[in-house]
Amino acid sequence: MSGSAARERGDSPAPIIDIRGLAVDYAHDGRVSHALRGIDLTVARGERLAIVGESGSGKSTAALALLGLLPHTGRIVAGSARVSGIELNGASERIARRIRGRVVGLVPQDPTVSLNPTQRVGHQVGEAVRLRGVARPAVDAAVVEALTQAGIDDPVARARQYPHELSGGLRQRVLIAIALAGDPDVIVADEPTSALDVTVQRRILDHLDSLVRERGIALVIITHDLGVAADRADRVVVLQDGRVVEAGKALDVLAAPSHPYTQRLVAAAPGLTRIAPPREPDASTPVVVRWEGVVKDFALPRGAATDTLRAVDDVTLEARAGRTLAIVGESGSGKTTLLRIALGLEKPSAGRVVFDGVDITSLGWRAARPLRRRFQLVQQNPFASLDPRFSIARSIAEPLVSFGIGSRQTRRARVAELLDLVALPAGTGARRPAELSGGQRQRAAIARALAIEPELLYLDEPVSALDVSVQDQVLRLLARLQADLGVGFVLVSHDLGVVAQVAHEVAVVRHGRVLEQGPAGRVLNEPAHEYTRTLLDAVPGRSLREAAA
Amino acid sequence: MTVVFEKHVLGDSVLDKTRPEHPLVAGAPEGPDASGSGVLTTGGTADIRGRRRGSILLRRPGVIIALAVVAFVVISAIAPGLFATYDPTATVPADRLQAPSLTHWFGTDDLGRDLYSRVVHGATLTIAATSLAIGIALIAGLALGVVAGFVGGAADAVIMRVVDVFLAIPGLLLALAIVTALGFGTIPVAVAVGIGIVPGFARTTRAEVLRVKTLPYIEAARSGGASWGRILFTHVLPNSWGPVAVLAVLDFGAAILAVAALSFLGFGAAPPAAEWGTLISNGRNFLITAPWVSLVPGLFVALVVLSLNHLAKSLEEVQR
Repeated sequence: MSGSAARERGDSPAPIIDIRGLAVDYAHDGRVSHALRGIDLTVARGERLAIVGESGSGKSTAALALLGLLPHTGRIVAGSARVSGIELNGASERIARRIRGRVVGLVPQDPTVSLNPTQRVGHQVGEAVRLRGVARPAVDAAVVEALTQAGIDDPVARARQYPHELSGGLRQRVLIAIALAGDPDVIVADEPTSALDVTVQRRILDHLDSLVRERGIALVIITHDLGVAADRADRVVVLQDGRVVEAGKALDVLAAPSHPYTQRLVAAAPGLTRIAPPREPDASTPVVVRWEGVVKDFALPRGAATDTLRAVDDVTLEARAGRTLAIVGESGSGKTTLLRIALGLEKPSAGRVVFDGVDITSLGWRAARPLRRRFQLVQQNPFASLDPRFSIARSIAEPLVSFGIGSRQTRRARVAELLDLVALPAGTGARRPAELSGGQRQRAAIARALAIEPELLYLDEPVSALDVSVQDQVLRLLARLQADLGVGFVLVSHDLGVVAQVAHEVAVVRHGRVLEQGPAGRVLNEPAHEYTRTLLDAVPGRSLREAAA
Repeated sequence: MTVVFEKHVLGDSVLDKTRPEHPLVAGAPEGPDASGSGVLTTGGTADIRGRRRGSILLRRPGVIIALAVVAFVVISAIAPGLFATYDPTATVPADRLQAPSLTHWFGTDDLGRDLYSRVVHGATLTIAATSLAIGIALIAGLALGVVAGFVGGAADAVIMRVVDVFLAIPGLLLALAIVTALGFGTIPVAVAVGIGIVPGFARTTRAEVLRVKTLPYIEAARSGGASWGRILFTHVLPNSWGPVAVLAVLDFGAAILAVAALSFLGFGAAPPAAEWGTLISNGRNFLITAPWVSLVPGLFVALVVLSLNHLAKSLEEVQR
């Protein structure tokens, strides 16, 4: 299958990027791992290529190789990578540097850490402008020009700000401005929007699209999000374990994948082909937890325009036993604060949370302890939610130990039972978190939350840190647990695809207010509020859904 | 195209820092062994890593030499008779001030005592004093740091301001003041040196506790019903003491120097018992005629301190 991409484009003019048989190895502690095992791909001017694959597929290595930025442990062992006619295999640092910025601009992955926090934004863009060879007096004008092109309003004021004063979306635009400042022929965007909210993501991607159209530059998007690939790329290359398994026109490949791996990826992606809840609400069950007029104000540091920030503004919500309430919103909407209040980790400024008839917000930590057995939390980041020094079995048994349930033997039996319940092999109990993959760790975290047989699980973005196929497995696991154990879920998520897969009821929150709530089928199919429609429209993969419809 | 089933661990983790490296358990339907393959392929990496850390350390020649020096000192502290070739207090006036030779490896002092045997025996007193000093610093520093970091608020403010004041005074000066108040002898010297290095331990511990305290698994344990005490002893302490341990090894060297300095100044053990500092100080009068009396024990102390520093540095590198 290698070479098909090159053949397919045999008729076009000389490609700006021409990779043939590229193989990259990493040497680590005397062991060699193969990140790329001979890939071929070409990109022409004005073309948008998406490289998709899961973690470890080699997609970021391909990007680094294009920029001559492989870490010192990495080495090109075979093949060639020509960018604008310059061979990068064996190229000196001096040659590689000529390519970077001038020919290939990189938009890095995480806007929160990719800017120097101690320098003004304009200075950082100016650095890239000066490297292009612009004379000093003209630099400021060029900086403003680059910021404008990246779609930043009021660039003169923004250039004087520090990164921490900007939102994630603006920071991402600054990174795009830096990439544009060198006037490159190709922009390589490594997961450009995975750290952003869907609506911001959409605006950024729209903007990249227009840049490609207007300036005729090539765009290489590296992403794990098949929806982004389908909507934003002309062609797509699917990588698995350092090999190209499938390549072709984006909509053809993703709408009718031929390779089994691509088929699995497409099948697993939540909300890729349709956004519709799979199940209708069943007979109504009693209310387990109820937020009643909850308000939460956070004090702002002195000198801010107002004294307090209202994170949650008069929210009334209820979750029913054995069913799933999904709280959907973008970052800063107050959705996580709602969870923390319900868990007793924060006190509300006004209002109360009633769990099974008891107002838990007025109870002290000790008084709430008996109730605490009946609800548990599953956190967002499975990489930090398990103590690295604890074995998995010890982590899972921890709530049992804390509540003094059972003896050593019964706890061991319970752990084995729980491992089985979350479909982890029995041997996993003896391992440490570092030995497990993200999905396995999240399963272990779910097992821990289930250990004391709670009636309700609070799920805080339970799959956002996982690869799509693993997301799918964890979501299926959650659905099965609900069917088998009758446990209720309160799910907090920004991903409508995920929500559609598991939720019975959906509440959409923004700026601390509930804009819309109701049965998942109604909210997702006939949204009443404009914001819900915006959210639904912004979910990547629209072109595929339209193609499927 | 040949298909090679090898696991690559590094993959594209360089840019994918936020994302886990893990095998593709792609699309397997949710079921009893959906993730079985994952366990098999990634299994044991941490175990191996733990064991490999040890072997990486032992592959460095510098570490082996440093370990050998430290082991020699520790063993001679426990059982000086094993290595000593003469009685450290036996005076042989005929053999006074002899240069290092095959019979007297480090030479002899002004009373004809074998310097090598005196250094070996001196290890007992010096190492005991240093261990006591580090023990005091470790316990007091950990306690203060944990209270400040974990309780926070007023306790934190009060403890850390006191620590700041102590940090502002040079360690040796502080130790001198304390030992003057406590009186002479090995134990007062140890206590003085120990108190002098408490602030560093308290600061490091507090910083680590503050870091670990905010990690998600602490919140998970809390919502799992764990009491603060349980969280402190099972989660916070074990996860925050790594840098403190490195600091302890590093400060062990510094404490040896401080103890030697105090005994050099005459605050240490009474003669004829010999601490390293006393040995160095004894040779002051013969620096021109018999420089080895001061020089060789001094070089030995330097070698031990250097070895400890090297060990601490290597430990820190591996921990990262």
